[in-house]
Amino acid sequence: MPTQVTQDEVRKVITDGLAELGYERGAIVPDATFEDLDVDSLDLVELAQIVEEELGVELGSADVAELRTVGDAIALVVARAGS
Amino acid sequence: MADARPQGCALVTGAARGIGAAAARSLAAAGWPVGVNYRADADGASAVAAAIEEAGGQAVALEGDVRDARAVDSVFGRLEERFGRVLVLVNNAGTRADGLSPQLSDEEWSAVIETNLSAAFRTTRRALGPMLRARFGRIVNVASVVGPRANAGQANYAASKAGLIGFTRTVAVEVARRGVTVNAVAPGFVQTRLTEGVGDGLVAAIPARRTGTPEEVAACIAFLASPEASYVTGATLTVDGGLSA
Repeated sequence: MPTQVTQDEVRKVITDGLAELGYERGAIVPDATFEDLDVDSLDLVELAQIVEEELGVELGSADVAELRTVGDAIALVVARAGS
Repeated sequence: MADARPQGCALVTGAARGIGAAAARSLAAAGWPVGVNYRADADGASAVAAAIEEAGGQAVALEGDVRDARAVDSVFGRLEERFGRVLVLVNNAGTRADGLSPQLSDEEWSAVIETNLSAAFRTTRRALGPMLRARFGRIVNVASVVGPRANAGQANYAASKAGLIGFTRTVAVEVARRGVTVNAVAPGFVQTRLTEGVGDGLVAAIPARRTGTPEEVAACIAFLASPEASYVTGATLTVDGGLSA
C-alpha cells in the first residue's frame, strides 16, 4: 500500500533511479523527455520497479507507455501515491 | 553458495512430486533456499521440503494455484519474506487433459493452457522485476518434446508447450542484457504421475531404450539455473534419450 509522498521525494527516487541506470544526472530534469535521454523500454520497466520498491507505487505497462517526460513520471507517481 | 551467486532463493512450481520435486532437491543441493510450491498435494510438498532440510538445505512448502495471479503474488510474498528475493524460477506446474481435437471441450483446452502456459507467464512477470534489479536471474520453463513434435490426442498440451518455448525465447531477449537468462527444458518420456498410462509401447522408439528419470531432467534444470550457465539464454535443452534426434 503506497503512503503519501512529496513531489521532492518522488523526484529524488526517479532521478536517482535514472542516474543508477546510467543516465547523466544533470540531464534528468522535469522537462526532459525519455526520448531525449534515450531511455529504452527495459530501463523504464526497471524504473517502475525502483518506484515500486522505494515508494510502494505500482506502475503498469499502460502507465509507462503514456509517460513522455521525467515530469510526467513524477506527477503520475505523486498522484498514485496519494490515491 | 558459489561466489558468483547473489543472495536469494529459488521457486519451483508444481514441486510436490515428479520433475518439480527433483528440481527442488537439485537446486537445494546447489545451495539455493527453495520454495516448494504445490496446488493440492500438501503432504507431497511437505515431504519434499522436509527431505531437503534433512539433507542440510533450506526449503518451505508453499500452497498456491499459480493459475491465479493473486495466488502467484501470495506465493512470492511468502517466499520473499522467508528467504529473500526470488532469483531462480522453475515453471514446472503442468497438467494434461487428453482427447482428439474434435472432442476436446473448452474446459479441457483452457485448463491445460492456463496451467502450462498462462501460469508461467504470471510467475515470470512477478519474478522479473527483482531479477532485473539484482542483475541476476534464472528462469527455467519445463516444456516438452510434445510441442515441437506432434502427439495425437494432445493438441492442448502441445499448444501449451510450444507456446511455452516461444514465450521462453521472447522473454529471454527482452531481459538478456540484465544478466537474466530464460531457458526451457524439453523432457521426453519421463516416468512421473503425469505420464502414467501414456504409451507403454513408446520405449522401443526411444534410442536410449528406456524412459528418463525426474533426476535427469532436474540436473539439466540445475545447470541452467547455475551461475555457470550465464551465456545460455533463449535455449531449449531437450532431455529425451535421443527421441527427437
